[in-house]
Amino acid sequence: MLLCVTSQSPPLTALADVTASDAALRRFLHGLPGVDGVGLEARAASLGTRSVKTTAKAYAIDLAISMIDLTTLEGADTPGKVRSLSAKGMTPDPTDRGTPSVAAICVYPDMAAVAKEALGTSGVRVASVATAFPAGRAALPVKLADTRDAVAAGADEIDMVIDRGAFLSGRYLEVFEEIRAVKEVCGTARLKVIFETGELSTYDNIRRVSWLAMLAGADFVKTSTGKVAVNATPANTLLLMEAVRDFRAATGVQVGVKPAGGIRTTKDAIKYLVMVNETLGDDWLSNEWFRFGASSLLNDLLMQRQKLRTGRYSGPDYVTVD
Amino acid sequence: MSERPERLAVLKTYKLFVGGKFPRSESGRVYEVTDSKGRLLANAPLASRKDARDAVGAARKAFGGWSGATAYNRGQVLYRVAEMLEGRREQFTAEVAAGSGISRAKAAAEVDAAIDRWVWYAGWSDKIAQVAGGANPVAGPFFNLSTPEPTGVVAVLAPQDSALLGLVSVVAPAIVTGNTVVVAANEKAPLPALSLAEVLATSDVPGGVVNVLSGRTAELGAPLAAHQDVNAIDLAGADAELAKELQIAAADNLKRVVRPRAERWTTDPGTDRMLAFLETKTVWHPTGSLGASGSAY
Repeated sequence: MLLCVTSQSPPLTALADVTASDAALRRFLHGLPGVDGVGLEARAASLGTRSVKTTAKAYAIDLAISMIDLTTLEGADTPGKVRSLSAKGMTPDPTDRGTPSVAAICVYPDMAAVAKEALGTSGVRVASVATAFPAGRAALPVKLADTRDAVAAGADEIDMVIDRGAFLSGRYLEVFEEIRAVKEVCGTARLKVIFETGELSTYDNIRRVSWLAMLAGADFVKTSTGKVAVNATPANTLLLMEAVRDFRAATGVQVGVKPAGGIRTTKDAIKYLVMVNETLGDDWLSNEWFRFGASSLLNDLLMQRQKLRTGRYSGPDYVTVD
Repeated sequence: MSERPERLAVLKTYKLFVGGKFPRSESGRVYEVTDSKGRLLANAPLASRKDARDAVGAARKAFGGWSGATAYNRGQVLYRVAEMLEGRREQFTAEVAAGSGISRAKAAAEVDAAIDRWVWYAGWSDKIAQVAGGANPVAGPFFNLSTPEPTGVVAVLAPQDSALLGLVSVVAPAIVTGNTVVVAANEKAPLPALSLAEVLATSDVPGGVVNVLSGRTAELGAPLAAHQDVNAIDLAGADAELAKELQIAAADNLKRVVRPRAERWTTDPGTDRMLAFLETKTVWHPTGSLGASGSAY
């Protein structure tokens, strides 16, 4: 089964043998260069100091809106809430039809069908979390059934969580095969793999798990579920970006990046866009390859957009609550 | 034989007060505050429109908690402010005397009047509802009750003719009823306002209820008057020309506006400034029998 790797682009065959056994995979992942944590954080911080104003800011705001996976992942979600969120995703600012729509609506699997129906042919995609999100604590058949359900309900994208327990106890091949198995049942749906970086303890682990997921066929690497204390930070997102950049250099395969959780302001979003531009370049500056997992970020972007348009500071009375 | 070296004074860095914290201006700017004879007293932060925006955000965030607190609780907190002011009379007297160019005795009188005014407004917290609200007689089986509710975030341009008493006379009436405030301090003499912020920070007033900015009144007034998330503006510190401009900007989201007028801050203020920032909510409760069953409650 592992030989399936050879069906991908030719350079990836060079890495085929690293997934041949648990030992080989461990050797490869532990052979990745260690992360200079201080340097990484300093670099991420320095990329957050750019001043982006006027027309560049207007461009960045519209780009950021178009990259949002507008998310509702609450126990209290109702079909009504998903429908209203979908409406908002398609037309974020009804007072200005020039506002771009978001990239996707991200929901739990049982709400995927509702979202699909609400979004229709608008071009906004349906992303569904799966594999016993957010803990990932379920048996593989359950996770696969969860994924199949979501795909059958019309999800265009699947956000899976890795088994952090297996990863942290060193069972890398198990994590690898689980991602491959989920990827297989995804069919044409794009697979985003959530690492929950806040639970991985070290930057070295984040680098290892990025390579592991990309080798297993992830279409996107995603930082967090948004359900733990530490979510996306500039530093761990930069680390993911460096990994996808190096992965494309090594294999020719492009993988997307999605920071999620804790990105609430336009300022934050623009910092991430600067980071994408400086680390990955133009190839990643579209919602094909970069996403924000967020809910409240959209309102702040809309308020800033109104400010640029009218010259007046806007307020929460002028955007929807959810 | 050695002479005792003269002690080096520790100079104070005056800062803004936003959201319960003391930041410098986002712009990094300061301006010189001088006494009436042009001697340097201190540098004060020269707040920018972004500081104004941040302050409005902080005030909005604090509004729910402050307006939701009981009137009794708000009154106690404001009494506490007066207690803290009392302990700092010397400092305020010195700042008012230097900033306004008046004698120490006159300055002390102004500080005392300011503290008394604060106590006077604190007492209104659980009484204003009786004055501004009440039961309305209606032609039907209903209790019809009107209650005053705070209007929201109030921007205040502090008076230019009275650095402390004037400030207290415009800030206290706005917050006692549950509003939160962004205040642009007296432009020439901002030091008492910045020191008042330190008093507020140490007297149980939740962060963001009062936000103090120092700088050019015109520069701060414009973004505050145009801000869509500010519900009312008090133009006490604006001259006629600026006031006209700000009223036009404020009309866009139908802000309540208190126009500048000739005021003598030492006289009894009355309830005008409290009532200016209250809205009336009226509710109807059915009374008597509720339908066929004849139930009365």
